[in-house]
Amino acid sequence: MISLIQLIVVLVAVVAVIKAIANYNKKRMALLSLILWCAIWIGAVIVIFIPKVSFFFANILGIGRGADFVVYVSIIILFYLMFRIYVKIDNVEKNVTKIVRETAIKKAKKKK
Amino acid sequence: MKVFIVIAAYNEEKSIVNVIHSLKKNGYKDIVVVDDGSKDKTYEICLKEKVHALRHFINRGQGAALKTGIDYAVLQGADIIVTFDADGQHKADEIKRLKRPIEKGEVEVVLGSRFLDNKTEMPRLKRLTLKGGVLFTRIFSGINLTDTHNGFRAFSRKAAQEIEIVQDRMAHASEIIDEIAQKKIKFKEVPVTIIYSDYSKAKGQSIFNSIKIALRLLFSKLVR
Repeated sequence: MISLIQLIVVLVAVVAVIKAIANYNKKRMALLSLILWCAIWIGAVIVIFIPKVSFFFANILGIGRGADFVVYVSIIILFYLMFRIYVKIDNVEKNVTKIVRETAIKKAKKKK
Repeated sequence: MKVFIVIAAYNEEKSIVNVIHSLKKNGYKDIVVVDDGSKDKTYEICLKEKVHALRHFINRGQGAALKTGIDYAVLQGADIIVTFDADGQHKADEIKRLKRPIEKGEVEVVLGSRFLDNKTEMPRLKRLTLKGGVLFTRIFSGINLTDTHNGFRAFSRKAAQEIEIVQDRMAHASEIIDEIAQKKIKFKEVPVTIIYSDYSKAKGQSIFNSIKIALRLLFSKLVR
């Protein structure tokens, strides 16, 4: 018998993976990102159907409960993704500045 | 020697004309005003004056605008580049003090300091914040200055090309000092007077903003 939470996780995972593959096909996503992304969702599906897996990893790391392990890992992944986005935005901002600067210098006006 | 004055201006229609005129009166012909995407008439006003008028079509911050002006001045063949405020905080007749050590070939960068003499009057909290900036610079860049964030500086052509400004917003002031320290560029401080009018006070940095700037710098150092 599938519980509601299992159904939700599976649906979200399927949509996320399909979207990622579509993006990869349109060359909007690197292969490595695709693999990582799929791994995260496959991991989520495995854990939701076989919770023992999370107990196993939690035990190795010395964390009491499997559910805690899942939460910790999720937070670490989120932090990492946030950091990457921050760095990316910073780069985009710098590039915007370069474009604006080039234009400003090219169109400089001097009244005689 | 060709002296270029670089001004970054954001919404300064009220003060920019007076600043330009005071510079002209002191004999400076090459004035570069970089309008940083102002919403007011700053750019239009500059077009009517005999200055080099540049415009950022999107606001990119003071650091970005100064860098644009400096790059432009270098392209125009400047020997000395002075950064000057658009809100009337700096005195045009003090520029000669900043450029003289460079003309003599003593140093590559001259930084204005309002703490070398006590002509500058300022509110207490402001003084405290600025001293915090000085302390931050000492720890962050390992360079001992009396004043770090007044925006009145002179660069030789060589220094202007060497110093990289990648901080678009207010953190550029600390970044410039950090670059001077990292690249071991010869510099010196000279006393300047900073005028605190109600207008310039309203445009200044609050203590909270200063903390934000410091965090930004620390982060950029980590990422690099």
